[in-house]
Formats: sequence, structure tokens, C-alpha cells
Amino acid sequence: MSADYSIETESLGRVYRLRENKKKKGQPHELVALSGINLQVQRGELFGLLGPNGAGKTTLIKILTTLLAPSSGWAKVAGYDVHRETVKVRPLINMVSGGESSGYGLLTVRENLWMFSQFYGMQSAEAYKYIDELLATFGLTDRANTKSADLSTGLRQKMNIIRGFMTGPEVLFLDEPTLGLDVGASRDVRGFVRRWINEDPRRTLLLTTHTMVEADELCDRVAIINRGKVLACDTPAALKHELQQEAIFNLDVSAQNRLEAAHFETLPGVHKVQLTPFDGHSQLQFILAEEAVLSAVVNTLTERDVTILNLTKREPTLEDVFVTLVGRSMAEEEKAGSNGNGH
Amino acid sequence: MNLRSFRTAAWLGWKIESNWTDPFLFAVYSIIKPLAGAAILVVMYSVITKGDFAAPLFPYIYLGNAFYMYVGAVMTGVSWAIIDDREHYRTLKYMYVAPIRIPLYLIGRAVARFLTGSFSVLITIVFGALFLHVPIEAAQVDWLLFSVSLLMGVVLLALMGLTLAGVTLLLARHSDYLGDAVAGGLYLFSGAVFPLDVLPAWLRPIGYAMPITYWLELLRRSLVGSVAQAFPTLANLSNGQLLAILGGMIALAAVVAVITFRWCDHQARERGYIDRTTNY
Repeated sequence: MSADYSIETESLGRVYRLRENKKKKGQPHELVALSGINLQVQRGELFGLLGPNGAGKTTLIKILTTLLAPSSGWAKVAGYDVHRETVKVRPLINMVSGGESSGYGLLTVRENLWMFSQFYGMQSAEAYKYIDELLATFGLTDRANTKSADLSTGLRQKMNIIRGFMTGPEVLFLDEPTLGLDVGASRDVRGFVRRWINEDPRRTLLLTTHTMVEADELCDRVAIINRGKVLACDTPAALKHELQQEAIFNLDVSAQNRLEAAHFETLPGVHKVQLTPFDGHSQLQFILAEEAVLSAVVNTLTERDVTILNLTKREPTLEDVFVTLVGRSMAEEEKAGSNGNGH
Repeated sequence: MNLRSFRTAAWLGWKIESNWTDPFLFAVYSIIKPLAGAAILVVMYSVITKGDFAAPLFPYIYLGNAFYMYVGAVMTGVSWAIIDDREHYRTLKYMYVAPIRIPLYLIGRAVARFLTGSFSVLITIVFGALFLHVPIEAAQVDWLLFSVSLLMGVVLLALMGLTLAGVTLLLARHSDYLGDAVAGGLYLFSGAVFPLDVLPAWLRPIGYAMPITYWLELLRRSLVGSVAQAFPTLANLSNGQLLAILGGMIALAAVVAVITFRWCDHQARERGYIDRTTNY
């Protein structure tokens, strides 16, 4: 392994064995959560894992943080095997999960944070100083002596985030850290994360998210993950660059009942089309080989007596990258996954 | 760092144990709970023996029950921390990610229960000595034997708790009943509530195989030597022999605890149970 890699995996896989459900005979007994994951995250990098719920992001984080054993392949964090050398890995890492109550509700914010600092061997005086700094940074100073059970979900999540940063980890894992936070708080957290990684080149941060903006704004590199497999891995700019030679249009149209995406899929030059019905109108998103293809799209709409309410050309986003790779949006993929009828 | 983690775990355990109500109510509860337990026992004994409190069986049962409170407090205290952290507070994964020795953390969490348990035991014994004529005289007590026995018992129960904690890691639903089930099962066969001689001959080996039997015998001998000698169960063994047997069993319990916990810990990571929540 290269010394520059903080995180490295090779052919990493994880299969969950499911209990047989007597009522649902014929259901699979195994769930492949990860398959053949090869990743190299360099020291100093802010690396993002982008994918819908159920893509395998959390499973990967659990393996990398020593909580879960891989079924195949291997993974190293800070140069140590996460399965065989857990004792060496743990002092160098920390983890924050979003969207849950992760603290002792009967303890105050300050007590919760102090307690975890002790588990990481920090001196109390040093810990309190750093805790107070971080509480101020996250706007929690006036809540320092509030029992964490009395905090709102967002404030509790801020406390949870402080807990992760407070111990000065070499490699930090943030699993959906802004889940449950409002827009302003999410922006603050993203700003702090960026500053934290920039402050010290020895720090590495792996972030999972299903929020495109978060991955796009924050990450040096992004791996797009779906159904346990990494579909693409590059800088956000490079991932989007592939699509920049194409033309992306959003069309708001009337007559949602008569319209289907299939009407456009056979047109030459239409790479992807996505139809989203709204109340009173529909939105069509096209990824076209070139702008000239748009005339064929407009003709098709005219033939079907569909009125174009609005037409905009826009820059590609990571969502478009996902749609190109998977064939449908993240929301649709999540829905398909939860219904068990994915491809 | 291990000592600091242990201390912090004990502090956390104390916060959890004592913080559910205000200090006054907690103090009242701490006194009434053991006395209520003792009262039930006394009433049952009185009905069965028609009030024969002078018989040596009464202090035998009374002290056995008083010290048996430690079994629930320490053993279940260690294993309960798994359930509490995993299911209720959802912090077990953060404890696992932290650079601490999980067994030490779990034992630290049980310190608070040991302290509250000790208070209960003390209240029960003092009440028995003052009001129920349990024949304890400070001058007659073998304090050295008592201290050594008590310490060995607490270590033993912590190790048994660790074994239970390992098993708890692998159980999902209803794992909170495991501690009670084990404590209840041991209660019958450890000479806490009646001498082993009362059991059918074919059941007695179970009692002889359990270290708690020897521990309770040592505690009785140290506090009320004459009462303990009134029952033939272990009368042919000297204090030294009992200590040696208990010491050997503690060593065995340590080996079992380490192997079991490691195996269960490994299995829990294999199966993805470290942060699984099912009960809440």
C-alpha cells in the first residue's frame, strides 16, 4: 500500500445473511450490500461517497470504522487492516452518523463531549478548552449545560458532529452528517468541514451523502455508488465534464396524463429522458447528444398537443451524472430499491 | 488510558443509575427497595416455619439473599450496558470506534450498580441485625475473610457478567431478559435460598459446580460462623479450601469470559450486530 493512501480497499464485499421468512418463501437469503469495491483515498483528501439510500454507503463506513467485518476483500485505514488490526485503527479515527440520537440524553452537552474526550485519552483541561471552542464555532455555547435530551434534533446533531471532530482524528468518517439539519446549519457544517480539512494536510475525511450539493461543493473527489458497486470515481468537475459535451434541458410542459418518457427515448440523439409529474404540469429533463436534437423533441411534443410552459438549458450536475450512469434519478432508484424491483 | 476509560465509564454508569430522579427520591428508593425485598422474604419464612426465627436456617437464608443482590447488580450490570448503549442510547458503535477496551468499559459501567447494590446489602444486613435478630456481632466477624471473599465474589460476578455481555451482543430481541434469567437460574442452585442438602441428590452437583455457592458460604462463615456450620453441605471444607476452590473457579471464569467475549465480539462484527437496534 502506498503511504499516501489514508483509505484503501480492494475487492471489498459484504453480504448480509437474511433470516428465512416463512411467510415469504422464495425470497433470497442473502443481501449483497457491497461488491468489489476498490478505492484509494489519499491523505489530506475530502472524499465523498454519493449514492441513494441503500446504496451501501453506510455499510462501507461500518467496515472502515471496524464495526463490521467484510465478507470478501480487504480494507486499510491509515495503513492498518480494519478487520485484523482494529486496535491500531481505532485511535486514529472517529465517526459521526447523521439522523439519530447519539448521545446520553441525561448528560449535558458539555458532559457528553467531555466523556468521549476521556475515552480518547485527552486531558480534561485540554478537552474542555477545545470543547468550548467548538461549541462556540457551532453556536452551541448557550446550550453547553443543557441536557442533550432537551435539544432539538438539529442541535443534537451538531453536538454529535463536535464529538467527531473533537478527538483530532487522522481519518474522520461522516455518514450523512447534515441529515436533520436545516439549510443554514448544513451550510455551516459544510464550511467547518472544509476548513478542518484545509487546516492540516495529514487529515483525511470520508463523507457519505445523498445530497448532490454537498458532494459537489465539498468533496475533492466523489465516488458514485449504487447497489453496492462504485460506478464512477473522480473529481466532481471531471464527472460532470463528461456531460458538458452534451446538452441538458429542463422543460415544463402541460398534459402530464398523455406523456411518457418512452415517447422520446427512441429519438436519435436523446441519451436520457426523465419525466416528473407535478400538480398541473410535468417536468421533462433531457440529456441530448447536442442542442440540435432539441428540435426533434419539440416536434414530438407538438405532435402530441403538449404545450411547453418553460424551457431552460442548464449546466450538468452530479444528479445528471447519476442519471447517466444508472438510468434513473436517485429518488427513483431509492423507490425502486425499496419496492424490490430494481434492475 | 485504560484506567481513565474505566473511571469515565463508572462515572457514566453512576449518572445513569442516579439521574432518573431527584437525589432525595433516589435515597428513599435505595432504602425502601432492599427493605421491601427483605420483608417479603421474612414473611414467607415466617409462614413456612411458623415464625421460628431462632433456627439457624433464618440467618442462612437472610444473608444468602442479602448477598445475592450482588449477583443481579454486578453480573447484570455488566451485560446491561450492552443493551442500554446499543438499543437505548445508540452509542455502542461510538464506544466500539473509540480506542477503549470494551470489556473494561462494560465493567466500569457496572461499578455504579455495585455501589448501589452494596448500599442495599448493607441496609438489609443492618436491618436484619437490629430488628430480626440475625446473629451478627462485629467482634465475632472475621473481617479479613469477609473482605477477601467479598472482593473475590465481585471479581467473579464481573467476569460472569462479561460472559453474559458477550452473549448479549449476539442476541437481538429480548436480550434484556437474559441477565434476569441467568440470575434467577443460579439463585435456585447456589445455596442462596436453601442449603444444597435440600435439593435432590442428582441436582446437587449443579450447586457444587457453581462458584457462587462457595462465595456465599465464605461470606456466611465470615459473618456468622456458627450458623454456617449448622449445615453439612460444605462443612467438611476449611476456609482455606473454600478460598482455593473459589480462586480456581474465578481463574476458570476469567478464561471463559475472555474466550466467550472475544468470540461473541468477533461474531457480532461478522454479523453486523454492533449497532443493531430492535427493542426500542
